[in-house]
Amino acid sequence: MLFTSLKFIVFITILVIVYYAFTPAKERWGLLLMASLAFYFFADPRFLIFIFVTALVAYVHAIVTEDYQAKRKAYLKQNKELFDGDGKKKYKKTTANVTRLLLVLSLLINLGILAATKYTNFVIDTVNSIRGGEPLSFVNVIIPMGISFYTFQTVSYSIDISRGTVKAERNLLKLLLFVSFFPQLVQGPISRFGDLSQTLYTPKQFEFKNVSYGFIRILWGYFKKLVIADRLLPAIKILTGSPDEYNGAFVFIVMMFYAAQLYCDFTGGIDITIGIAQVLGVTVKENFDLPYFSKNIKEYWNRWHITMGTWFTDYIFYPLSVSPKMLKLSKWSREHLGNAVGKRVTVYISCFAVWLATGIWHGAAWHFVVWGLMNFVVIMASQELEPLYAKFHAKFNLKPHKGYAVFEIIRTFLLMSSLKLFDCYANVGLTFKMFGSMFTTFNAGKLFGGALADIGLSSGDYILLAGSITVVFLVSLYKKFKGTDIRGFLYDRFPLFALSAVILLIATLVFGAYGAGYDASQFIYNQF
Amino acid sequence: MHKLTKNGKKLTRSTILRCLCVAGSVILTLAALWYLQRLLMPKYQKGVVEGSMIEEYYLSEEPHEVIFLGDCEVYENISTVTLFEEYGISSYIRGSAQQLTWQSYYLLEDTLRYETPKVVVFNVLALKYGEPQSESYNRMTLDGMRWSSSKIASIEASMTEDEHMIDYVFPFLRYHSRWSELTATDFEHVFSKDRVTTNGYYMRADVLPEGAFPDPMPLADYTLPDTSMEYLEMMYELCEENDIELVLIKAPTLYPYWYEQWDDQVDEFADAHGIPYINYIYLRDAMGLDMSEDTYDAGLHLNLSGAEKFASYIGQYLINNYDLTDFRQYADVAGEWEDDILFYDSLRQAQEAELSEYGELRSWGANAIE
Repeated sequence: MLFTSLKFIVFITILVIVYYAFTPAKERWGLLLMASLAFYFFADPRFLIFIFVTALVAYVHAIVTEDYQAKRKAYLKQNKELFDGDGKKKYKKTTANVTRLLLVLSLLINLGILAATKYTNFVIDTVNSIRGGEPLSFVNVIIPMGISFYTFQTVSYSIDISRGTVKAERNLLKLLLFVSFFPQLVQGPISRFGDLSQTLYTPKQFEFKNVSYGFIRILWGYFKKLVIADRLLPAIKILTGSPDEYNGAFVFIVMMFYAAQLYCDFTGGIDITIGIAQVLGVTVKENFDLPYFSKNIKEYWNRWHITMGTWFTDYIFYPLSVSPKMLKLSKWSREHLGNAVGKRVTVYISCFAVWLATGIWHGAAWHFVVWGLMNFVVIMASQELEPLYAKFHAKFNLKPHKGYAVFEIIRTFLLMSSLKLFDCYANVGLTFKMFGSMFTTFNAGKLFGGALADIGLSSGDYILLAGSITVVFLVSLYKKFKGTDIRGFLYDRFPLFALSAVILLIATLVFGAYGAGYDASQFIYNQF
Repeated sequence: MHKLTKNGKKLTRSTILRCLCVAGSVILTLAALWYLQRLLMPKYQKGVVEGSMIEEYYLSEEPHEVIFLGDCEVYENISTVTLFEEYGISSYIRGSAQQLTWQSYYLLEDTLRYETPKVVVFNVLALKYGEPQSESYNRMTLDGMRWSSSKIASIEASMTEDEHMIDYVFPFLRYHSRWSELTATDFEHVFSKDRVTTNGYYMRADVLPEGAFPDPMPLADYTLPDTSMEYLEMMYELCEENDIELVLIKAPTLYPYWYEQWDDQVDEFADAHGIPYINYIYLRDAMGLDMSEDTYDAGLHLNLSGAEKFASYIGQYLINNYDLTDFRQYADVAGEWEDDILFYDSLRQAQEAELSEYGELRSWGANAIE
């Protein structure tokens, strides 16, 4: 059931009516669970098995770990006199070791399911291409919808349980709801148990403002997805499908189109997700914060797919950076390679691991791996070049001002758009070749003389896209300068809010790229 | 702030305002969508006009004792005005482009909601189709039908793989992408349409003599599809239930090719059911058809003179064999027909004028200039 399908819209409409009109507030979480399972069931009944197993493993792990820790703690408290300093340390170490063992077991199963379903064929393909000869056969394996998202949520829950930062959920059904909460199954955000459980299980009352805010956000999401992203997608496919024909200046067009398409597709989907959750009285974390206004790549990654970034930071970067082996390496490096290099070693290794994982997480293909590593290289390079920038600025007396900030924003946008090209072309080699063609055979004249009319977009489409992207830009500018989204401004002038909703709805229905003649494209992040 | 009390709850002015805004938004949305749906749906006023034919029936005021069912082999080949002028037969052609047998059946069901004719004449060419064919032709037949169980059944029977019932219920969902192709005609005809036929007859006054047709392709199986034959059977039963005489015809045009084997099967059906089947291909000379001047598209369809000859001939058969009223004697019906004849004559004059000016029709036909 795609977010853009009529089935989904009917599904969500019925759910909201039943939710508020016929379900007691205390029981509404149960209805959400049923809806989530139904949503998953309609996608493919077999998916339910995977999500059940993942939730069950996390549930058992949490209960066993928490009970074990509590028991050990209670024993220690009751038998203080039996332990001296070393004994206490040893006792705690044993507790930590068992806790770690339990965690490893849980992660092995859940990450194992993820790896087996999503990466088996990737590994086979890679092995085949390396060893040559008789190729290994691919495995016919189903990839459950949203497995990367719900596995990461579950992993974070298990780690947080081990760390003792959240309390174990003792109701299996409630935990299953956390894992399967349907609006975020499709493309995130990756919620943490500590955040989501705050609103997921609490009795929810109908709040007009919440529902209104959620409703208009859903419309905004559909507008971005259907009017902009899905209209651009066929053109991008044409441009990237014939690289010999569409090189040079066309690659720049691909960069611009794909930047707009991916942003509107992904943020549109997240708007629908957060909007639906808000209508249902559930608060889901924001996943974007005006990423295209970032002044550098680091800031960009703090603003784009925020929940994924923080996940990797909290569960890979920090644990790796402060792991005993890494600390030992850091110490050794400082001693043998000097302070300047030594302090970088652990950061580089941790960062490398994060970006490698980020690349692999995005997809079972080498271009994702290269894309992740390119991000690593660019971030590290920009970090290393910072002193040079400072010197340059000082030499030419370049003080921070608006013009320079705009330059930085455009520079970061172009840089990130270039990296996104790895997502567009068939393979890594071709991506480099096409990127290079922008500098060797740009030839802007190729764009004129009707070529842009041959890529599936009419003049009306171009006008529509320009207008729609301008609207998205202006709404973003409002947030940038006011620090809050435009809904508050509109809601305080409710007739304007209502009119905006009507215009958004009608504009999406009329100008949306859906129905006959369109290939109903899934949300890009659906595949994760 | 002014407060009202109802059921113990306070209703503030802002709450009332919000409720009014929500209600207003719903009404505004529905009104806008209704208008946009009418705007965005194809109007079929110029060029391809076949999509206008089915709905025009509902505007016809006079009773019809003869209903023709079928595709272009009826709506382009039989002049309903000639039938009236020569025999007083009040008829209507419920036909549209590539109208499939089941669509004709459901159109008959639909017609019976409004009137019960004495004779139904069904052109058999569509019997060769046993499967849904094309969305665009479906749309031309189905969009114009008024909503009824017949329309729903016809849609269900006609939909190709990529079509959805919801798109028929809310045509807006199908046609929304026409926003970039809207023309002045779309805005002009949001609420009303111009007539394109005279009681279902679509006139073409130009001439393009019949040419050579490709040789018929041998078929692997000459059996007419079960589906279409079942609907023909249903059509027969429906006529029987309503005391309507069913007449099967094959129009006198030679292409698309009508195989002898098909002809035999229709013959057998007619014999088995005791109904007439007349293949007018064999009667072209008898009706005086001269295909060097009675066709406008090299023999695929008849032009005005051909349609008048065919109508004259089939009309004679109808009055000879069925108890049909001479409506020329009934002032009220004749009055209604007067309007139809005026329209018919004005159309003929307009086409003849254009033919004398340009030597061809530029405002009619698939490539008509808007």
